[in-house]
Amino acid sequence: MIVNEKIAIDHGLKKDEYKKICELLKRNPNITELGIFSAMWNEHCSYKSSRLHLKKLPTKGKQVIQGPGENAGVIDIGDNDAIVFKIESHNHPSFIEPYQGAATGVGGIMRDVFTMGARPIANLNSIHFGSSQHKKTKNLLRGVVHGIGGYGNCMGVPTIAGQTSFDSSYNGNILVNAMTLGLVKKDKIFYSKAAGLNKPVIYVGSKTGRDGIHGASMASASFDDKIEEKKPTVQVGDPFTEKLLLEACLELMAGDSIIAIQDMGAAGLTSSSIEMASKGNLGIEINLNKVPCREAKMTPYEIMLSESQERMLIVLENGKEEQAKKIFDKWNLDFAVIGKTTKSKKIELFFDNEKVADIPINTLVENSPMYDRKWKKAKLPKKNKINKDDINNLKIIEVLKKILTNPNICSKEWIWQQYDHTVMGDTIQKPGGDSGVVRVHGTNKAVAASVDSSAVYCWAHPLTGGKQVVCESFRNLISVGAKPIAITNCLNFGSPENEENMGEFVECVQGIGEASSYLKFPVVSGNVSFYNQTKDQGIKPTPSIGGVGLINDYTKMITMDFKEVDNVVLVIGKTEGHIDQSLFARVILNEKNGPPPEINLFNEKNNGETLLKLIDSNLIKSAHDISLGGIITAISKMCIKGNKGINLKKPKYLISEIEYFFAEDQGRYIVEISKKDQKKVLDILNKNAVHYDELGTINENVLFLNEKTKVTIDELEEFNTKWLKEYMSN
Amino acid sequence: MKSAVITFPGSNCDRDMDVALKKFGFKNKMVWHQEVELPKSDLVVLPGGFSYGDYLRCGSMASKSKIMQSVINFANSGGMVMGICNGFQILVETGLVPGVLLRNKYLEFICKNVFVKIRDKNNAYFKNIKNNVLELHIAHNEGNYFCTNDQLKEIEDNAQIAINYCDNQGKIEKSFNPNGSIKNIAGIFNKEKNVLGMMPHPERMIEPSLSGEDGSLFFKNLINNIK
Repeated sequence: MIVNEKIAIDHGLKKDEYKKICELLKRNPNITELGIFSAMWNEHCSYKSSRLHLKKLPTKGKQVIQGPGENAGVIDIGDNDAIVFKIESHNHPSFIEPYQGAATGVGGIMRDVFTMGARPIANLNSIHFGSSQHKKTKNLLRGVVHGIGGYGNCMGVPTIAGQTSFDSSYNGNILVNAMTLGLVKKDKIFYSKAAGLNKPVIYVGSKTGRDGIHGASMASASFDDKIEEKKPTVQVGDPFTEKLLLEACLELMAGDSIIAIQDMGAAGLTSSSIEMASKGNLGIEINLNKVPCREAKMTPYEIMLSESQERMLIVLENGKEEQAKKIFDKWNLDFAVIGKTTKSKKIELFFDNEKVADIPINTLVENSPMYDRKWKKAKLPKKNKINKDDINNLKIIEVLKKILTNPNICSKEWIWQQYDHTVMGDTIQKPGGDSGVVRVHGTNKAVAASVDSSAVYCWAHPLTGGKQVVCESFRNLISVGAKPIAITNCLNFGSPENEENMGEFVECVQGIGEASSYLKFPVVSGNVSFYNQTKDQGIKPTPSIGGVGLINDYTKMITMDFKEVDNVVLVIGKTEGHIDQSLFARVILNEKNGPPPEINLFNEKNNGETLLKLIDSNLIKSAHDISLGGIITAISKMCIKGNKGINLKKPKYLISEIEYFFAEDQGRYIVEISKKDQKKVLDILNKNAVHYDELGTINENVLFLNEKTKVTIDELEEFNTKWLKEYMSN
Repeated sequence: MKSAVITFPGSNCDRDMDVALKKFGFKNKMVWHQEVELPKSDLVVLPGGFSYGDYLRCGSMASKSKIMQSVINFANSGGMVMGICNGFQILVETGLVPGVLLRNKYLEFICKNVFVKIRDKNNAYFKNIKNNVLELHIAHNEGNYFCTNDQLKEIEDNAQIAINYCDNQGKIEKSFNPNGSIKNIAGIFNKEKNVLGMMPHPERMIEPSLSGEDGSLFFKNLINNIK
């Protein structure tokens, strides 16, 4: 086939980009080569619109072993233990085919983690759907949940936390972000950098089929009316094979025969072979006839672009092939020597004794396009003037019931009960808390992880929203008693070619950078997903932040359930009464404008660190961060989980009860302490200049407000649990 | 006491079972499915997971594994064999215990704590457990136990029902049945009661910081009652 500009454009390349390819090669590419360029130069693989901005993120820290640029980030948790983790999007395929899209998202991220030698120990996910009224939402939700469970459960890795939201901006583009944590010995981490000449290049895992061809290109474009036609670009997952691949790889990794290893994810054999060669500053030669294929008569083009799952590429030490093959034979997996490293610094492909591709590696990687896209700075919206009379007439308990029933607040038990969250026998905090927590097997340490996003805040003001998400992640870790260490981010946005969307991206990244730098909470891995839009309708900017923290002594872990009658409940952090962009404003006042709550990084850090000190001194019985729905929503959840009530009293502030209880000011926590410790706790808070309010004391089973209004905890629980169950059973 | 846990391709609770058995004093060995002979053992465990991906039918391929002939011989000669979750599915496929395990009634995977009532203590598995009700953990997609009316009569006549789903007081009612299984059956014995298949995972409930510790009662009793 003669390649021309039109075919290049059909591959998602721009005119200029095609011109540049011809210049770099000093000739026209053939079809296989064009396929390779289109795979390497698309947004998903090349980060061409985002690279410039991602460079500004803080990525270093005392405990960071590996920052962005590898299969996943790595942090040091002491005693020669390290945690490998990353979050990744699988948005486009999940909208087209929710089960397989979500399943292969989970499979892909686990592969990224075990490629580095780590055994996966926990999965998390952040999933976002359109309005609950939208006709597609229910089936998409069911399919995605089944897909995540189908893959993770079979792998035997617990799914310990997650986040689900509903917003009409996702009607045409749902988000599925999957995160995995793995545990590895610090001196047994594997990287993707090839080294040495004439080293055998090994293909292991599943056979290559025609599934997922152009998956990465599909994920680099907007949807139109014909998305259903794109179903064949969705990969099909086989968690059983991945489980075998995991065990086989870890068995091989126990020895010393691997030089470099890279999973075949987006853009399959193309990106994995090129990345390994590029990092090692080497060339690579592959005989495509040696690649194990599932289907007959696959062309070089198809073999190179297939995104069949559960495959790995390994560069081995010479002479170790037989020993390695034995392991893969034991696990019934394909093993083939398909090529070798060379000094050519080119990728050279052979098929039926002919050279079918010959491309200098640097043209694919270093010379790939990078754009400084135009972007528009967002203005901070004006504060709304809230009519005090309107809100003072509201009955708090009735408002609370509405908030607890809201899809974005209600209990997500229907979802996480479908995920195995206890396999591996180390889950000490299951989904539904502020963070999931798993023990580091056989030690006193535990790792906490949380995944967060606040699209509404980011939409209202990207810079503030970006900071807020990082802070919320920080709080969720502290609430369980974990010291926050590092984050991974999944940046879900509309089209970078639209100035406003690009502005949202740039400013969210700036916000994330500022907060993570101030909190010493660096970014060690992540991915960018642009083009989450249908025609010209983009999603609300949704950066998801996956935070990881460490608990040195797992017996000190904190949960949010209220523990004991007569204990005292405090709010840590100051409540100013910020109602704009709160759930209360949207659900009760039907008000969508105004600025998000301000972030004060000093208070955020000071409040959090002081709370950690209190936890470490065994002075905290339960804790929960205050987020969507404000103080009273957080309190209700603590009551429901602990099956206890509370006598609530609003402190004598100038703001009204409604503002006090539903405001979404940041940097706040609810904590439970025992009466005998009260003086000690208040002294420490005062000494550290941390603002606090005394809210009341715990009782048997009723929420009393100012001694007059009341509601039973059973009733609150019913309101909190009914919506999702009823929605999914209709 | 010596135990053996069989690892099939796709087993994923084999390590958890190994940890639990060792914690309560068993000398445990892991046995690969392609072995022919079992090591000398007092207890053989078929662990949970997704053997062979649960493709074809849960447990059916594993039931034909090389090692299984020797497991079947061991059971038939009176040896103690316990199948948990996927292990239970493998046991029904071998015919060592009667019945089948269908997909959960609501077609969804369920992972949560449940209460089970011990129905019969005249066997080594439950003999000296003081409690009549245990809080255990389930995590499965195909735990909906089913058998024919004739089989059910036989099972009941022989007191082969080991545990039923119930509430925390031991009340066995439909509303406490998580998966639609017939008569709330969560676990059954063979006629001789040396073979036990059950859906709940006692190995996930062996410490207070986990989902609970009633699993400890089960293992402590087990090691004390194996001959």
